[in-house]
Amino acid sequence: MWQPASALHSESPSDSQRRVVEAQGLVKFYGATAALRGCDLTVAAGERVALVGPNGAGKTTLLKLLATLVRPSAGRLWLFGVDAVRYPAVVRRRLGVVAHDTYLYRDLTVAENLALYGRLYGVADLRRRVAESVAWVGLAGQADRRVGALSRGQQQRVALARALLHAPALLLLDEPDAGLDEAGQALLAAVVREAAISVVLATHALERALALADRVVVLAAGRVVHEVATAGLTSEALRAIYRTVTNAAKQGPDEGSRPAGGAALPSPADTPVGQPVSLGSGEK
Amino acid sequence: MSLYFRQLAALVLKDLRLELRRRETVAGVLVFVLLVLVLFQFALDLERAEAARLTPGLLWITLLFAGLLALGRAFAAEYDQGTLDGLRLAPVDRSTIYLSKVIATVLFLSLVELVALPAFAAALDAPLLTPGVLVTVFLGTLGLAAAGTLFAAAAVQARARDVLLPLLVLPLLAPLLIAAVHATADLMAGAAVPWSAPWWELLVGLCVLFLGAAVLLFDALLEE
Repeated sequence: MWQPASALHSESPSDSQRRVVEAQGLVKFYGATAALRGCDLTVAAGERVALVGPNGAGKTTLLKLLATLVRPSAGRLWLFGVDAVRYPAVVRRRLGVVAHDTYLYRDLTVAENLALYGRLYGVADLRRRVAESVAWVGLAGQADRRVGALSRGQQQRVALARALLHAPALLLLDEPDAGLDEAGQALLAAVVREAAISVVLATHALERALALADRVVVLAAGRVVHEVATAGLTSEALRAIYRTVTNAAKQGPDEGSRPAGGAALPSPADTPVGQPVSLGSGEK
Repeated sequence: MSLYFRQLAALVLKDLRLELRRRETVAGVLVFVLLVLVLFQFALDLERAEAARLTPGLLWITLLFAGLLALGRAFAAEYDQGTLDGLRLAPVDRSTIYLSKVIATVLFLSLVELVALPAFAAALDAPLLTPGVLVTVFLGTLGLAAAGTLFAAAAVQARARDVLLPLLVLPLLAPLLIAAVHATADLMAGAAVPWSAPWWELLVGLCVLFLGAAVLLFDALLEE
């Protein structure tokens, strides 16, 4: 796959060795509706970031942009120091994604699904890697069963194995707990906590975000409205922060529509919603 | 084998395996083709001389609509099950995804034609089982799959995709249909196989044009 040599060099304004994700002013419109209205996000190498926010806050859209599944309407995005909007193909090999859709073929077996994706990602020693992955997600006896015959939780485990099969450097998780039982959730937690890779996790569960992430980013109405490190943060403090910043976002001006005449979107900094809310308590 | 061809082979194998298990496309399209043939017999009540004149047109109209049925399925299941996004996330050249669907569609339709051509030949008493006609049918099928796969991907997200696909692709396929019908008619009339004759040149040219344009356009189509 041809790519200009410049694509492989860092174009990011910051140190690409340390920043796995650097997003600046990401805007995404679906028709006339704004799903993201100027999102900034950085993720350092090895860092685990949780995106939280109410329904429609833009969490899934932001993850889809990071996964290079959709292109932003405006803004810049660097992944691993590469301009991911211009050269998405360069970064895809280093991304692992678990989303609401499992991306699995229901009429193929677990092993066939993993082998297919392994071939697409150019995974070496594929047979052994597939067997290891199946065993690792606790489905060793199920490798030859069709995915459609598995429970939702088992399918989600296979989806996790698929996302990690090619040893990605950045794992993007959108509500990955869906259908997982307690053991499955423990498995997921072990992946997020112990794997030496960067993780961006979108979740509604604040306790989960607190338990798994180094930093919680609160989104509301398509913007990042607050960021807080989780070290030393209590569940109650996170809830208080969440309530305060999402309520403040609700009271902000509604700008859900594309501006008439192609006028530029107001900067997040121009509105109260866009300002990171400063809270004295609960943060370290 | 380079990574590109390994990826292409993996995607084609996946489609063949899925077809073997689901038995949706080949079986459905084959029944459709045979039903159309029976209906032609009832509706047209053809004399032998008329049948010889009309066979190329009847054959190609049938294959064209059969192809549209197969193409309608090419991306629909991928889209409905969410696996199309899995392919879009993978580090594969977009042309790999396109070519895998073209190859799978040509293989499925060739299986259908393997039964349909003898059936047409017997029912219409037409000399269709000749090397020249078989090559013509292959070229027509390739052109149909090449153009149709591009538009099947374009239409898959539309609510009325089953209606939209024929509306998009049929006007484009008109030259292909004309060339295939005339080439088949010439062969049935006993023409030798002049591979440089205009109808075959047009068929080959359209295949190359559709494949080339689709490979270039498919990337942009899948990226958003």
